[in-house]
Amino acid sequence: MIEIKNLTKKFGDIIALDNVSFEVNDGEIVGFLGPNGAGKSTTMNILTGYLSSTLGSATVDGLDILEHPNEAKKMIGFLPEQPPLYLDMTVEEYLNFIYDLKDCKLDRKKHLEEICEVVKIKDVYGRLIRNLSKGYKQRIGIAQALVGNPKVIIFDEPTVGLDPKQIVEIRNLIRTLGKNHTVILSTHILPEVQSVCDRIVIIANGKIVANEKTENISSLMDGIGRLQAQICGDTESVLSAIRKVSGVRVAQFVGKREAGSSLYLIEGEAGVDIRKPLFAALSKENYALIGLESAGASLEDVFLSLVSSKDKEKKSKKSSD
Amino acid sequence: MLAIYKREMRAYFTTPIGFVVIALYFAMTAAVFALTVLFSAESTHIDYYFLAQILIFIILIPLLTMKLFSEEKRMKTEQLLLTSPIGLNAMVMGKFSAAFTMFACQFALSTFINTMITDLYGKVNFAVVIGNSVAILLIGAAFCAIGCFFSSLTENQIVAAVSTIAALAVLVGLNLLSSLLDGGFLVKMISWISIWERYNTFTYGYLHIGSLIYFASFVVIFLFLTVRVYERKRWA
Repeated sequence: MIEIKNLTKKFGDIIALDNVSFEVNDGEIVGFLGPNGAGKSTTMNILTGYLSSTLGSATVDGLDILEHPNEAKKMIGFLPEQPPLYLDMTVEEYLNFIYDLKDCKLDRKKHLEEICEVVKIKDVYGRLIRNLSKGYKQRIGIAQALVGNPKVIIFDEPTVGLDPKQIVEIRNLIRTLGKNHTVILSTHILPEVQSVCDRIVIIANGKIVANEKTENISSLMDGIGRLQAQICGDTESVLSAIRKVSGVRVAQFVGKREAGSSLYLIEGEAGVDIRKPLFAALSKENYALIGLESAGASLEDVFLSLVSSKDKEKKSKKSSD
Repeated sequence: MLAIYKREMRAYFTTPIGFVVIALYFAMTAAVFALTVLFSAESTHIDYYFLAQILIFIILIPLLTMKLFSEEKRMKTEQLLLTSPIGLNAMVMGKFSAAFTMFACQFALSTFINTMITDLYGKVNFAVVIGNSVAILLIGAAFCAIGCFFSSLTENQIVAAVSTIAALAVLVGLNLLSSLLDGGFLVKMISWISIWERYNTFTYGYLHIGSLIYFASFVVIFLFLTVRVYERKRWA
């Protein structure tokens, strides 16, 4: 559906994108992950035809965005980092304007109503955009991207500045959209991609450092197994019991929890699964293990280890040169 | 293009700017008309009325064009326009047309009213009125195009307005310069560029093809430059 090939973008001397290539298949939700300034927005801006690339190409359904801009843009709905809203318009006027702007051929009333239903903005349909809250503005931005029912939807940091409830709602919405659209979303929030995306592309300093299915990406870690365990019992003695388990590198007390239990952060040695021995040791001492979840499989670790390993590679390359 | 045109026309009237410009325009033209036609001895001589239009529009057209592109840039809505399936040409044309419509409607209405009033009290030379009107419409189109260009350069409306006013003032004031110089190539060149010289050919009541092309090329060049501003940004 989308093919990005050897994309390079220079702003003067600054290289924003360095030979970036990846593909997005039909119907996939792809998360585009990277720290601020990594080149996420630049990639999206090139893909949507807002910027040109210095080298390389971006094609949507076989159409090059620079050679067939209007046809390619018709297939893309784009929500930029800051939703492009006209504050002096009502939601109704705005969506009608977008409908005209995209030269939409669907039934106007029905189509706009459907969109309002999906993004839940029906109750503010007649109000001025200026007076709406950030969450509503974001949703109108999403509504705008959906007008014309484009095959591809691109969201640039869709949940920035929203409250936790709104974030959950928007993520659910994106998941729903992913059922019959191809979706690319960028973010620097790690759990977001984990919860929404089928595949994750990680970018740092203008280069792709990983491009994997979401479930595979944890295995990219250099065996950092970190667990968060909730255990009943006296803190000191539980800690010493944990530390005795072979393979445990670090055990830390995090805080008191309900029913006389405490939360601990436990880190195992590289490549060792400490869950079974941990359980065995605790049950032998009669400490109830009432909660155990992986804290180490977070993308943050993947991300940091990937980025730092790339940095190391670079350094070792430089020193060997 | 029509979507953009409609939005801009709406925006003139959902923000105060459209009303302000119209009010200012009618106040100014009414004053000029009263002073130069109604209260003067040569009651059907309305040349000064038309002459004053140029000076009035040096101030008012920049007020109409100032927000066209700068506001989009400031509100980040230009990203929407530039990623939507319309070309740059259509976007620029839509905005230019909206400013031109605002200007042309005001001018046509005011001129119609004032000519009719004059006609009540004496004979109006309609050839002169039409000649002058066509000339003002052409000059206004050129002014709008220049305004579009300056608006596309900045994200500050005030900067856009002031720089447009300055540019228009220089353009119109050029022939003052030629009266200070005595003859030679420079004077020839200035009078060729000068709006006044071109304008004068219309005031006698006949269409001059050269002048028509002169104003049309002004419009085309500045709209082209506006498109280039966006192209350049894309490729930067």
